[in-house]
Amino acid sequence: MKILVCVSKTPDTTAKVAFKDSNTKFDDAGVQWIINPYDEWYSLVRAIELKEKDAAVVIHLVTVGLADAEPVMRKALALGGDEAIRINADSHDSFYIASQIAAIAKEGNYDLIFTGKETIDYNGSSIGGMVAELLDMPYTSLVLKFDLNGNTATVTREIEGGEEVSEVNLPLVVSSQQGMAEPRIPNMRGIMAARSKPLKVVEPIAVDALTSIVSFELPPAKAGVKLVDADNVAELVKLLHEEARVI
Amino acid sequence: MSVLIFVDQADGHIKKSSFEILTYGADVAKQLGTTADALLLGATKEDLAALGKYGITKVYHIDNANLNNLDAQVYAQVIADAATQTNANVIVCSHNQTGKAVAARVATKLKAGLVAGACALPDTSNGFVVKKTVFSGKAFANIKIASAIKVISVNPNSHSTVIGDGNATVETLNINVPTPKVKVTAVNKISGDIPLTEADIVVSGGRGLKGPENWGIITDLAKALGAATACSRPVSDADWRPHHEHVGQTGIQVAPNLYIAVGISGAIQHLAGVNRSKVIVVINKDAEAPFFKAADYGIVGDAFEVLPKLTEEIKKLKASA
Repeated sequence: MKILVCVSKTPDTTAKVAFKDSNTKFDDAGVQWIINPYDEWYSLVRAIELKEKDAAVVIHLVTVGLADAEPVMRKALALGGDEAIRINADSHDSFYIASQIAAIAKEGNYDLIFTGKETIDYNGSSIGGMVAELLDMPYTSLVLKFDLNGNTATVTREIEGGEEVSEVNLPLVVSSQQGMAEPRIPNMRGIMAARSKPLKVVEPIAVDALTSIVSFELPPAKAGVKLVDADNVAELVKLLHEEARVI
Repeated sequence: MSVLIFVDQADGHIKKSSFEILTYGADVAKQLGTTADALLLGATKEDLAALGKYGITKVYHIDNANLNNLDAQVYAQVIADAATQTNANVIVCSHNQTGKAVAARVATKLKAGLVAGACALPDTSNGFVVKKTVFSGKAFANIKIASAIKVISVNPNSHSTVIGDGNATVETLNINVPTPKVKVTAVNKISGDIPLTEADIVVSGGRGLKGPENWGIITDLAKALGAATACSRPVSDADWRPHHEHVGQTGIQVAPNLYIAVGISGAIQHLAGVNRSKVIVVINKDAEAPFFKAADYGIVGDAFEVLPKLTEEIKKLKASA
């Protein structure tokens, strides 16, 4: 059983969001980079749990990024991946990124491909679906629970106002979210072991990007809070009804 | 050249977010000087001709039992084939659970550029540029699509529905529907609840409520308002409330008309999940809570005293309406 876990580096959740070069680039000055939480907490940890149950499971990690993505890949290896692959490219076009991952996946013949439900920076929720399409595999998205029984996966995914349970045979692409596993932190043994685990660098295949970022914007600042006295709750209701017109 | 809108249903009823994208798609068509058509998959209880009042010309209905549950691979095949047959160059869907499953696959099949999570109509003055939310709601990016065919998934609650007159023609298309590989075995709906991402009003509770046994004041207020309930991450981590109620950067991002935050301090990660709300009300006994800086209205006070009064006042207002 071979599992490919897609990993992205993202700014820390507390990072200040600012832009540079006339609002065309994210300003990463002083930003701490982390493994995208959905990739780490849910995809990777669930893959590790599957390996703990079945020693025959092999976990490969893949990212599309430049050399500055390597610390994040080492951390992922410290958590428990067996081998990491970095595709040496920098892109914000999901089709370009998915095409690179699909090329690696085809070569590696994986049974299961995990992606986070989205990255917390570009929020596309697109890579899993695109990889699945490029590989002609089924795709279950926004997965809350994932179990394996031989070659059949039992998957619980989020739907509006509830959950849907389904069964699907491998190979399969999954996008993971909260619920699939409990976050872990790497231990000392893992960190030491990660140093000697292979981190391969491969060059990207030629793909034309279909989209490009023209510019970024920050949301307009709020005008300021209107405070209502705690003894005058009726006033708040009146404001919401007559001024804001939201109730 | 036309706009094709993929309309999503639950239990044979069109979802609120799909009505929004009917208007969105019709607006895009107007901008491009063309017509907008809708595509609906699986059995339905809706009067499809009546969808004409959202500004669309035709409704293509493919009623096939293989489409009654979502298999992203099957849906994407059918939507892409429909787009090709109808000569659509812009495909619009909602960035909801279904849209997140199918939009990327449809775009890949059609070699189309995708903007996932759009929050405004495209700017066609210089190419085709669509604004979307990034950094989990902390910023926006303007994305240019270079390909001839474009796919846009639109954030729920970001485009208002406009209802006019007219009837749509209802037709079917001759499309081969593959057998799903994903076999749905159970659907567990949380009965009576309003889906969080579709809700117009959200009442959300944080650690300030001290424990799950105190959630009655939140649900009472939500009930009076017809609102969905949500919570902050510490609350869901402590299992006071289910994970699917967690709103924030690593949970669900919402954009309701009204977000009422009770006993939530307003950490940056929580704000990322709610700052696209039109109006934010913060109720917190700590006047220094950072959430007040992101709020439109606020009450500095004890939730256990303020909330029951607020619920009573809402009930009075509803009774007088």
